[in-house]
Amino acid sequence: MNLKSTTSSISDFFYARPKLKYYLPQALTIFFIVFIFGYFSYNAQVNMDNRGIDFGLRFLGEESSFDIQFTPFVEYDGTKSYATAYLVGLINTIIVALIGIFFATILGVVIGISRLSPNYLIAKMSEIYIEIFRNVPLLLQLFFWYFAVLRTLPLPKDAVNFYDISFLSIKGLYVPRFIWTNGQLFLTSIIASIIVIFFLLKFFKKEQEQTGKQYPKFLISLTIITVLPFLTFLIGGVSLDFEYPELKQLSKTIYNFKGGISIIPELMALALALSLYTATFIAENVRAGIEGISRGQKEAAASIGLTPGQTLKLVVMPQALRIIIPPTTNQYLNLTKNSSLAAAIAYPDLVLVFAGTALMQTGRAIEIISITMLSYLSLSITISIFMNWYNKKIAIKEK
Amino acid sequence: MMKKLTFLNPSRENLNLFILAGIVLFGLGILDTVLNSLFEINITSFLPRWLNYFTPLLFSFIGLHYIRIEFSGITKLDQLNKNINSNWFNAILSLLVIFILIKTIPGLLNWLFFDANFIGTTKEECTGDGACWLFIRFWITRFMYGLYPDAEIWRINAAFLMLIGTVITAFFVGPKIKKYIIIFLLFIFPFIAINLISGGNFGLVWVETGAWGGLSLTFIVSIFAMLFCFPVGMFLALGRRSSYPVVKYASIGFIEFWRGVPLITVLFMASVMFPMFLPDEVFMDKLVRVIIAITLFEAAYMAEVIRGGLQALPKGQYDASKSLGMGYWTMHLLIILPQALKITIPGLANTFIALFKDTPLILVVGLLELIGMIDMAKANPYWLGFAIEGYVFAGAVYWIFCFSMSRYSQNLERKYKTDR
Amino acid sequence: MKKMFKHLFSFFAIFAVVMLALGTESMAAKKSKTLKNTIKKGFVRCGVSQGLPGFSNADASGNWTGVDVDVCRAVAAAVLGDAGKVKFTPLSAKERFTALTAGEIDILSRNTTWTLSRDADIGLTFVGVNFYDGQGFMVRKASGITSTSQFKSGLSACVNIGTTTELNMRDFFTANGITYEPVVFEKADEVVAAYDSGRCDTYTTDKSGLAAQRTKLSNPDDHIVLPETISKEPLGPVVRQGDAVWEDIVRWSLNVMIEAEEYGINSSNADSMKTSKNPQIKRLVGAEGELGAALGLDNDWSLRIIKQVGNYGESYKRNIADTGILPTRGPNELWTKGGLLYVPPAR
Repeated sequence: MNLKSTTSSISDFFYARPKLKYYLPQALTIFFIVFIFGYFSYNAQVNMDNRGIDFGLRFLGEESSFDIQFTPFVEYDGTKSYATAYLVGLINTIIVALIGIFFATILGVVIGISRLSPNYLIAKMSEIYIEIFRNVPLLLQLFFWYFAVLRTLPLPKDAVNFYDISFLSIKGLYVPRFIWTNGQLFLTSIIASIIVIFFLLKFFKKEQEQTGKQYPKFLISLTIITVLPFLTFLIGGVSLDFEYPELKQLSKTIYNFKGGISIIPELMALALALSLYTATFIAENVRAGIEGISRGQKEAAASIGLTPGQTLKLVVMPQALRIIIPPTTNQYLNLTKNSSLAAAIAYPDLVLVFAGTALMQTGRAIEIISITMLSYLSLSITISIFMNWYNKKIAIKEK
Repeated sequence: MMKKLTFLNPSRENLNLFILAGIVLFGLGILDTVLNSLFEINITSFLPRWLNYFTPLLFSFIGLHYIRIEFSGITKLDQLNKNINSNWFNAILSLLVIFILIKTIPGLLNWLFFDANFIGTTKEECTGDGACWLFIRFWITRFMYGLYPDAEIWRINAAFLMLIGTVITAFFVGPKIKKYIIIFLLFIFPFIAINLISGGNFGLVWVETGAWGGLSLTFIVSIFAMLFCFPVGMFLALGRRSSYPVVKYASIGFIEFWRGVPLITVLFMASVMFPMFLPDEVFMDKLVRVIIAITLFEAAYMAEVIRGGLQALPKGQYDASKSLGMGYWTMHLLIILPQALKITIPGLANTFIALFKDTPLILVVGLLELIGMIDMAKANPYWLGFAIEGYVFAGAVYWIFCFSMSRYSQNLERKYKTDR
Repeated sequence: MKKMFKHLFSFFAIFAVVMLALGTESMAAKKSKTLKNTIKKGFVRCGVSQGLPGFSNADASGNWTGVDVDVCRAVAAAVLGDAGKVKFTPLSAKERFTALTAGEIDILSRNTTWTLSRDADIGLTFVGVNFYDGQGFMVRKASGITSTSQFKSGLSACVNIGTTTELNMRDFFTANGITYEPVVFEKADEVVAAYDSGRCDTYTTDKSGLAAQRTKLSNPDDHIVLPETISKEPLGPVVRQGDAVWEDIVRWSLNVMIEAEEYGINSSNADSMKTSKNPQIKRLVGAEGELGAALGLDNDWSLRIIKQVGNYGESYKRNIADTGILPTRGPNELWTKGGLLYVPPAR
């Protein structure tokens, strides 16, 4: 009885003062948040003072004095600053994320479609694949590929040989390096042909809508994109050379490959594990997307005379994509976040390089971890914003 | 062109002849592969290398072509054709699958079971052809219980048995007792479990959290994180739908922050950064910090799942409750949340499965759960070189749990879909 | 309304007072907090490695032994009276410093190199050197390399993350113009496994570590430690900055072990040394002087250390020499015998 009367008197109190009811909880929330942050900052300040650590981002400009084993695209060695090390880590993360996304998408789409195949064996195999790779933790899969599989590769001397062009050994996969002369010309020619194709396609589409005339779009685009860059080879002075990896003997038993591009086993294991794992989720999304298209659509398309191939291309896929793409973008985001598992094997991504080595050398835990978290947060938010924009764009507009 | 060579085209007239020919050819191809992979006998070795490789494929393909008779009248054959053999593309795919299976499965089974060592106690008894399961048997207590002292393992067992027992009884009793069981599970059981496992009171030896490990630690972390992330997630979901802008944006900010960062950075934050935020005297055990971090992390995902459930409720429920004069909290506690939670149960199950799969990450901050213990075992100088057995074992354990849980959640989803 | 404001105000006032009190409390009682907590807890919290034979290694039943372990046991004997009252926390190179600054451990005795940046920049204090070492390289005998001068560009080297080894390795290879591939792992076990499998051509860490980890390889005799030493690695215990009393206790516990050997006091004759003629010996066994009080301990603190843990020589012999890791003392010998162990006198 007493509790009921107090609660009702409290609610009466607030009912009579709507403004208070509106502002008080918010004020309390703000106060609570400020209190928590203030308490933490105060403690952090006190602790750091006691230890003689000073807070600040000044350390970013200091010399890092450690090397990183995989630094494509950036000139890096121990004399560069921690900020450069951060950049290298970030780029490495993006590299493995892109590779993972690429393979995961291809594999996921293939498996998703196979799952729906009328062929019983294929469908069953896809289902088994999905069930196996989805229910084992990603970290375990990563450890398996790295420690149990890639470690059993042979030494460079007995490397697996692919026609003497590329080699696979315990130290990594070595592929030839492209050496361009006048590479910019080649690149501009590709960009130019893409622009030309884009405008050409727009023109074709307009023509088709107005006159119903169809042009062999695919053939024409293909010709342009192959001929134009090819021309640069003939008359533009562009040439392509290859630098092949060669086995060099460093001692009686130590061999290593020199030249070419080396893809370290850590990167391979990480990309492999990420792709196989994320492909299962993408496969399920693809399956849900294609199954989500009502049968009526396929039947209606058949009734107006579209072939199965055309049905797939013009009717089913556009609608299926609408269902598939949002959760798949979510999976891309998960893949990027999961790439932080590189810290558990020796792949120098952002977490290992910055929140690992740099953290241990400088001891600036708060700054470094905050920067790392903010980096991932920015990536996530960027992808989320893109996804929201895409969703709005393809949303079916009710007439 | 194939159609013109009528003798190559199967038809209903010479049904039995074609079927016989087809089966013989198909069988030949299979036989060749089987002999090759199981017994290393190569019956076509007189052919050049690549032809030798493809003969089984060729034979079986032609065999399947012969069997492909539409509407033959034999039900089994028609079923087979529809499923595996509907056209030549499917036939090739099926054959590839069958051959890959024939080539890999015997080897796999050999390694896993037939050549493996199950009996024995020392490393020397591992012959090396197959898996050395002795390694697992030797270390199994460590894998299950971590570095927990052997004499006190009964305490962990007691805690888990109590949990399982309570959950099972919850299935068999009526709804009234169920409520009490849930309250017991949510509020009283954690205290009992912590006292049992950690010790220090009631005459039990104190075991510090650094010694907890193995699969029991995985479960402890998952269950506690799940228990705590549920109310936090609920508050966040309600906060996100609140009409107070401050509360709403604070919830959105909190949720998006935790969803946007990887779990590893959250764990680093908990183990390295968080102690700086506490005053010097206060020392929070590493396991407690990690559980808090994982709880907050999963609460953000849980909040989204619950929000989905709240959104799925028809607005009529809200209107009806308000028309009955219910306040915000009464409405939510009595009407909205029970219904919303019922809808979200599959989502909750999925979140728990995801949480369970995320717990191995705690090994990067030094808490040795199952995979961490396997790493420790495989680095032991006496037992070097058994990484594969360890990881296969861990994979099997995790797979069994996750698969069962996901099947169960799929069943729930189906059940609740039809319910509404 | 007014009443509510009054209540709110008083609530805030009380709250502010409590916060201030806690704050000042935490700043005032800083002097010997670690000592107070250790006595209250009843054990010394010691951070050690994840298994480095000779320095800190646990056997199958969970007993820790090693020279680093002995430092912590000495502190326990001094402060709590029993060298066994230590809780060991194995730490990777990554968490070792943060565990110390966070308050998870009170002494870090984990073959940690004393450098300027660590001493000055991260809130820690090194309190002495219990092992003078240098960094070296290990390669397979079959490679035919017998000296670091034979290293050629393209080498891959396995190293532990966040160690001075990582930085020194870089300095060495750059100075010699060799391009190399660093492969960094967090756990020492992973580094050793990577080197063993052939992923890297050479493994580099402190020479004592090389000798110790070699026992964990699949074929220890297939590997050799190259003779060159490329850096100075003074290894010693570390404590948090800001607790001067605790610093002194740990520093002088170590010093007493070394000085005891200098004066010939060991665990068996320590009691009989109480009647020695040499005043310094009597001070070291607590029969004379007030050294204990200066540290906030009772006067038998040094006697307990020597009796329960032994002097430096006994610790070294037991853990490193007799186990075959490093049979000779090398630079870790008393200054009177030509080594580097020269500690300030305990008086």
